Amino acid sequence: MSEVRVLVGTRKGAFILTSDEARKRWDVSGPHFAGWEIYHVKGSSVDPNRIYASQSTDWFGQLIQRSDDGGKTWAPVGNEFAYDGVTGTHQWYDGTQHPWEFKRVWVLEPSPIDANVVYAGVEDAAIFRSDDGGQSWRELPALRQAKGNLWQPGAGGMCLHTILLDPTNTERLFVAISAAGAFRSDDGGKSWRPATNGLKSNWELPDPEAEIGHCVHSIALHPSRPNVLFMQKHWDVMRSDDAGDNWREISGNLPSDFGFPIAVHAHEPETIYVVPIKSDSEHYPPEGKLRVYRSRTGGNEWEALTNGLPQENCYVNILRSAMAVDSLDSCGVYFGTTGGQVYVSPDSGDTWTAIVHDLPAVLSVEVQTLP
Amino acid sequence: MIRVVIPHHLRTLANVGKEITLEVNDPITQRAVLDALEERYPVLRGAIRDRNTHQRRALIRFFACGQDLSHESPDAPLPAAVATGEEPFLIIGAMAGG
Repeated sequence: MSEVRVLVGTRKGAFILTSDEARKRWDVSGPHFAGWEIYHVKGSSVDPNRIYASQSTDWFGQLIQRSDDGGKTWAPVGNEFAYDGVTGTHQWYDGTQHPWEFKRVWVLEPSPIDANVVYAGVEDAAIFRSDDGGQSWRELPALRQAKGNLWQPGAGGMCLHTILLDPTNTERLFVAISAAGAFRSDDGGKSWRPATNGLKSNWELPDPEAEIGHCVHSIALHPSRPNVLFMQKHWDVMRSDDAGDNWREISGNLPSDFGFPIAVHAHEPETIYVVPIKSDSEHYPPEGKLRVYRSRTGGNEWEALTNGLPQENCYVNILRSAMAVDSLDSCGVYFGTTGGQVYVSPDSGDTWTAIVHDLPAVLSVEVQTLP
Repeated sequence: MIRVVIPHHLRTLANVGKEITLEVNDPITQRAVLDALEERYPVLRGAIRDRNTHQRRALIRFFACGQDLSHESPDAPLPAAVATGEEPFLIIGAMAGG
């Protein structure tokens, strides 16, 4: 019988939730790394027992933890994230130039073909790669040459929060950076270019041709169709059918097109999920109703999924890395909230239940589907 | 022997108890103590001070003998009572909320 393992990063530790394919009864382990902020936990698809976790606090800095037994035991690996060469500067809040300073690792993306290869997206924004299971890290510095001097931090810091690896083309990578934009490499990270044509950020970026400065919140793709990208931007839900060369809006009938995560159904590449948030200044669901919205048409036409979710007095947020899907026959959808709930839908979003109610604020949710 | 007390999270990380004893060569300074600590427990590199510049992390404080030594030069001699092992060198996570 198949099993699912949900990897949850929170403000005060990591939790691992496991269940069989019915996804009704759950075993909860944790907190792992109690008291530390766990921005992201993700397993290798090549070796599911290999799991990486980003562990940090403002007090003691950054660690990377690795498990080789499915999260039962952990050991710290390398945590030296040194920018390559002359560090350089980026734009600061007051318009002056400010030196790059490492703060934390936001995202860890294991390679789909080699369990020892893993990428890290960091704040201040840069991408690093390890070829030895996280023991050592080297920057792919060309990314910061993609007009990095124009990047500036958003409210959450200048973080590289999304890394997508094209499973059909090892040379192609996508990244997204808050308040800077989306970027693509077609040569394994040796060179990068902005992938923002068609994004509109009218108030913040009066120049309609601006390549830099779009606040991309997250991007998702389906592995069978990696040229099709879905984006939740600060405002607007967007779609690209040409690997980010051009984007068009697919917000359609959403009650708000502001939000953070976006996810794609495991077996239906045109079925996508978002969680609308009221606005950039009110980070909670519209009308106090927690609703996931699903489009089965690749965008524009959305339906509210509410069965099992609170429909009054709900004022949590769902952060950018806090939604994921499993790949069981009946696709499971998962998301975590800043109120500490982790919800599961074992039926593609039709019905929801809370696996846990009272964790610390959830920063990230990833799912492993195990044979 | 120099006695060093480290905060809870770093004890967990280094898998040690509250107090550590270290052999430190003279002169007994912050830098010499932290060098010896990181040599013994490499996992602490970067957690107390920047691993390259050796600048104290912003929310770390150093105390000994009832004095805040956080802003002292890393090369200033520590109090004699620390050097003799009579008093511990305290590494503290700053009170900063959260």
